[in-house]
Amino acid sequence: MIEEIGRTTEGDLIINVGPQHPATHGVLHLVITLNGETIKKVEPHLGYIHRSIEKMCESLSYRQFIYVTSRMDYLSSHINNHGCALCVEKGLQVEVPKRAQYIRVIMDELTRIASHELWWGAMAMDLGAFTPFFHAFRERETITDIMEKTCGARLTMNYMVPGGVMAELHHDFQKDVKQFIQLYKSKFEEYNELVTGNVIFQNRMKSVGTLSKEDAISYGCSGPVARASGVSCDIRKLYPYDIYNILDFEEITATAGDSFARYVVRLKEMQQSIRIIEQLLDNIPEGEYQAKTKAVLKLPKGEFYQRVETARGELGVYIVSEGGTTPYRIKFRSPGFSNLSALEHMVKGLKIGDLVAAMGSLDLVIPDIDR
Amino acid sequence: MGMNEKLDKEDFPGKIHETAGGGIVLSKLDDVINWARSNSLWPLTFATSCCGIEMMSVASAKYDFSRFGFEVARATPRQADVIIIAGTIVNKMAPVLRRLYDQMADPKYVIAMGACAISGGPFFYNTYSVVKGADHVIPVDVYIPGCPPRPEALLHALITLQGKIKAGLTREQIKESSYLNP
Amino acid sequence: MLKEDLKLKLTDILPPIGFEEGGEWLNVNVPSGELKAFVLQLRSDPDLLMDYLFCLTCVDWKTHFTMVYHFSSTRYRHNIVVKAKIDRTNPEIETVSDIWRTAEMLEREVYDLFGVKFLHHPDLRRLIMPDDWEGWPLRKDFEDPVNMIRL
Repeated sequence: MIEEIGRTTEGDLIINVGPQHPATHGVLHLVITLNGETIKKVEPHLGYIHRSIEKMCESLSYRQFIYVTSRMDYLSSHINNHGCALCVEKGLQVEVPKRAQYIRVIMDELTRIASHELWWGAMAMDLGAFTPFFHAFRERETITDIMEKTCGARLTMNYMVPGGVMAELHHDFQKDVKQFIQLYKSKFEEYNELVTGNVIFQNRMKSVGTLSKEDAISYGCSGPVARASGVSCDIRKLYPYDIYNILDFEEITATAGDSFARYVVRLKEMQQSIRIIEQLLDNIPEGEYQAKTKAVLKLPKGEFYQRVETARGELGVYIVSEGGTTPYRIKFRSPGFSNLSALEHMVKGLKIGDLVAAMGSLDLVIPDIDR
Repeated sequence: MGMNEKLDKEDFPGKIHETAGGGIVLSKLDDVINWARSNSLWPLTFATSCCGIEMMSVASAKYDFSRFGFEVARATPRQADVIIIAGTIVNKMAPVLRRLYDQMADPKYVIAMGACAISGGPFFYNTYSVVKGADHVIPVDVYIPGCPPRPEALLHALITLQGKIKAGLTREQIKESSYLNP
Repeated sequence: MLKEDLKLKLTDILPPIGFEEGGEWLNVNVPSGELKAFVLQLRSDPDLLMDYLFCLTCVDWKTHFTMVYHFSSTRYRHNIVVKAKIDRTNPEIETVSDIWRTAEMLEREVYDLFGVKFLHHPDLRRLIMPDDWEGWPLRKDFEDPVNMIRL
């Protein structure tokens, strides 16, 4: 444990926030130095959920390691699997059938909406509003029901494989998703009425945790955190994979860089995801859902890097292969790691209540940081 | 007040003895205490990884666990009755879990949710930092398999725990009765 | 800028470096003593402007380590991979955390898992493993008979 918890000589107080704390969204341990209620220093201590995934993957085959990665950032588990499958396909030089690409993108966008829903509910709960949590889970349950009918699992679905997807869509997939889109459009206004326009909420979020554009680039932030500070970094637009290059959607950026801007960016991203799904849903081409690949995969000698846009930011999968059936070294560049390193810079000089608001707006998932 | 119409034999422990003016309920104090304790267990919010999201689903409106008595999820262990270990326990987190368990007041119960809390789960082979099962750290009453278990599985486990308490078979109760009958 | 233009530009800046063939982006091999000067050039040169460090890691090749840095430019959108070979018995390299703030935590993670010392790092200590852990877990010769159950 930390020895210096207690009072220092200059009248500052050093206390622990976490690891078990309802507002940290997982096991994050922050040691904060306070002067009264003003924060002087924030130091994150990580490793409370370090499951040694990178070492474990060195002994798993290329088909097996994908199931572990869906437990890294479990709220966007499809997107994690997608990134790993794309990296392996890059090494194998395999062509994924069009039908599989359409299915992958639809699942990705549904996952993105589900992740942002949970973020919205949890963030409102941190600030003291308990009701939006139930509204968010109502939509999230509809999405997980759709996922369960196709993929078999609600949270950690291992649906993407190198070469395509694992199984065919269920019969009522298009009908279910259309029903969900209708439900969503009618309920989205509730979010703005309940939370966004609330005066107390806006006062707690505006000008709290400001991150300038240069700092966002220097700290390596990505995803909605960087986009709210004005950095244009959506991987789906800059380095498109699968069929994102033919889709018509906008990249949402804002300039304020405070917590409220990050909030608004994520809400608008949910609407863009609905737009993408609507473009794809009726046009899924017929064909194979999985390309033919060997049973035991061997990547040629070399290094492969693939980036995908998860709900939190840019996930990078870096595989170093020596020609065998297992990877020699895998590195996952996690979005939460870099976003967290900007936390101290954001909250210096603010109060503890602002720390909670800033952490909520960063949308951290701790197993993604610790791997 | 018409208590004997509302009283169901399976629900409240005890027998109804009919008398001329109405009826009186005969029961053992232990049974009444176990009934009261099992119907009002307050969980501690302790979620380390993915199973925590399924626990949050159970807390929300579709699979509601407050209809079984788990009404208020306390954030502090001092006011909680049951700790639901949802997620993997690693070497760095094990002393923290032990400390939380020690801070809970008696009687306390433990549910191990998910494959990681039972035995290390998918992280069993070739990992250097995972504790292979939460019962290396604290004694567990109910185990729930699954990765992650469905919300209905968690509800089944909560009802099983309630049944165990009513029957007097949890570790706490066995320990207490061994003090009384050494 | 395209891969070939980048190659020409970089040979102008610092001649004694090697290029690796194959791979999606340009791979540059730099001797570890000259890494800091090279990446400073990458950052400040007006045609390159690599201001985004998105991946910093280390690979254990059993005879030596290789530090791998992935850079990108938010202005021109080109990517480059810089590699530096370091000695395995006494791994040391200059820090780049004064140029890109994201390297502070990334280098702490590499120190924690591989044991590479970063010179002039503001705060080099263990990040993910417990403070009193002994050994460098991600090295290929790491043995832990107590915790690791081999399949």
